[in-house]
Amino acid sequence: MTKESSPPAPPSPKASPVDVEHLAHLYRQMFLIRRVEEESARAYATGKIGGFLHLYIGQEAVGVGAIAALRPDDSVVTTYRDHGIALAKGMSARSLLAELWGKKTGCSQGLGGSMHLFDKEHNMLGGYGIVGGHIPLACGVAFAAKYQGQDRVTLCFFGEGAVSIGGFHEGLSLAALWKLPIVFICENNEYAMGTPLSRTLSVEDVSLKADAYGMARDRFVADDVLEVQARVGAAVERARKEQAPTLVEMRTYRFRGHSMSDPAKYRTQTELDEHKQRDPMTRARERLLTLEYKEGRISALERSVEEEVADAVKFADESPEPDTSVLAPTTYDGAFAY
Amino acid sequence: MPQLNMVQAINDALALEMARDDRVVVLGEDVAKVGGVFRVTQGLYERFGEERVIDTPLAENGIIGSAIGMALYGLVPIAEIQFADFIFPAYDQIVSELAKIRYRSGGEYTAKLVIRVPVGGGIRGGLYHSQSPESLFIHVAGLKVVAPATPADAKGLLLASIRDPDPVLFFEPKRVYRAAKGEVPDGDYEIPLGKAKVVREGKHVTVIAWGAMLYEAIAAADEAIKAGVECEVIDLRTLWPVDIDTIEGSVKKTGRVVVVHEAPRSCGFGAELIALINERAFLHLEAPPKRVTGFDTPFPYQLEMDYLPLAHRILPAVLETAQF
Ligand SMILES: Cc1ncc(C[n+]2csc(CCOP(=O)(O)OP(=O)(O)O)c2C)c(N)n1
Repeated sequence: MTKESSPPAPPSPKASPVDVEHLAHLYRQMFLIRRVEEESARAYATGKIGGFLHLYIGQEAVGVGAIAALRPDDSVVTTYRDHGIALAKGMSARSLLAELWGKKTGCSQGLGGSMHLFDKEHNMLGGYGIVGGHIPLACGVAFAAKYQGQDRVTLCFFGEGAVSIGGFHEGLSLAALWKLPIVFICENNEYAMGTPLSRTLSVEDVSLKADAYGMARDRFVADDVLEVQARVGAAVERARKEQAPTLVEMRTYRFRGHSMSDPAKYRTQTELDEHKQRDPMTRARERLLTLEYKEGRISALERSVEEEVADAVKFADESPEPDTSVLAPTTYDGAFAY
Repeated sequence: MPQLNMVQAINDALALEMARDDRVVVLGEDVAKVGGVFRVTQGLYERFGEERVIDTPLAENGIIGSAIGMALYGLVPIAEIQFADFIFPAYDQIVSELAKIRYRSGGEYTAKLVIRVPVGGGIRGGLYHSQSPESLFIHVAGLKVVAPATPADAKGLLLASIRDPDPVLFFEPKRVYRAAKGEVPDGDYEIPLGKAKVVREGKHVTVIAWGAMLYEAIAAADEAIKAGVECEVIDLRTLWPVDIDTIEGSVKKTGRVVVVHEAPRSCGFGAELIALINERAFLHLEAPPKRVTGFDTPFPYQLEMDYLPLAHRILPAVLETAQF
């Protein structure tokens, strides 16, 4: 038996009516991520992108909603499933795709690739390929803000797979003990590679882990991007004002396999279809329509995304590859340092 | 004899030993129902059941730590770490506990287990899916490190590793998991640990390689012949304990040696090999020993084929050594 908890009371919904322009902005971001991911999948199929590619399709509402609750100077640290998070934090599609293409104009000069994006300008402190390894690191980022007397907040994203590894527990323990301005976001998409949650965690409610550390928690289904923003926003406020960490578990779903090489045979088509029916991106679009944001305006928005993506693809195609000087034998200073 | 690739050969060894010895259990992330990310353990779960083929949570330190405990009480665990790059959360257990059990218990206990680890570059995995950390384990006294290059060796070496009384890290060259095909004997056989194989005899330059780079060394040797240089190519097969006698014999014959490895150059295993060669055959050397290796940087996503010590980088080193 797994122990489930009723989610803590959600923050009282904003009395003010929905800001339609803001919702349109969030929808545009979700649509941009979706389209960038689809282009990446295509580029992978034609060999422009190699290695491993983990798509964010289906989970857009999590990253977009959560990051909408941040200020630009707040920091984000995440996993290898990082394209959507990077875009939501402000990385340009050009910089992202050029990196995936392995080009010199990419955010890490083509040396990092899909799983390891960095963007200093936007306080995106990296996608990390070692599951759980970035969680204590994110605590340090939050510690630095506190030490420096700044009210910056750190968001740390991870999958539910990370909850089994030591780094998660060490990170939560430190954050609670040191009262750090950090929000831990568990993107619970139900599978860690081929293993369903029920077979990796004795207690399926991830948010309950917060209790043991004396940390605030929240837990909900991330179908509605505005709700994500509001609830993460409450946690961000707690971090900023009270220097107190929160663990937020969001239930979400990845529409693709774990990575491009995963046919995802461990789940049924029916299950996938059910989730696609509830696609948070489509829901945001429908919501816009009900709020009298006209189809014409939505299409215009989508067209502008198509142009942005086409431009980024062209930019990545035409950019040069890095040259071998970056292999000079030092990582401290010299050719590699930049 | 059946033609198998390396994945099939390793799978064959696992199935054979599980059938023969019910103390053997296989554990790791996605090793059971999915059959492993590289499908190396495919079919074992169906055949041997969930008590012996165990899907673990994502917890390398937990996987290796619990494997050690199992071994102390007579099980024979075979743990899979999905990629060598993910072994570091378990490095503590490996260094602090696994390597020291026999020594600190005065030989009363041994940790008889195998850790199977896909290693190496060549699949565009970048920073965290490409590394070759063998020297980090060789340096820890108390571990054996095996690195097969061919399917037949992989099967025989794995069977020997499982039956070895001490902990063995079994590094599988993932770049050639499916590309390396060859005849693999049916049934039970062992390739003894600690024995290198001279895969090609030659009198001018000794080339030492292992894993996926063996094929590059052979390709370079093929080219070198055109320039009149005959290489003696040694496949180490076991990195530790290393077969220094075979190396010594070869270097005394050729007087020249090139070591090839994917890992970064500094403090790589090549450094130890050359130190051993200097100790054993210094007065026979006709040229400074050379290393063709990865670079002292993290493993890049782009430029992978420049980073790896492929044949096009081995050949000039061989020719320079020959002409010194
Ligand atoms: C320490 C470590 N072990 C194993 C892996 C291989 N691996 C990468 S992702 C993954 C599953 C993670 O699942 P989850 O945390 O739920 O995130 P999701 O991929 O679903 O976003 C595994 C096992 C890794 N990257 N790092």
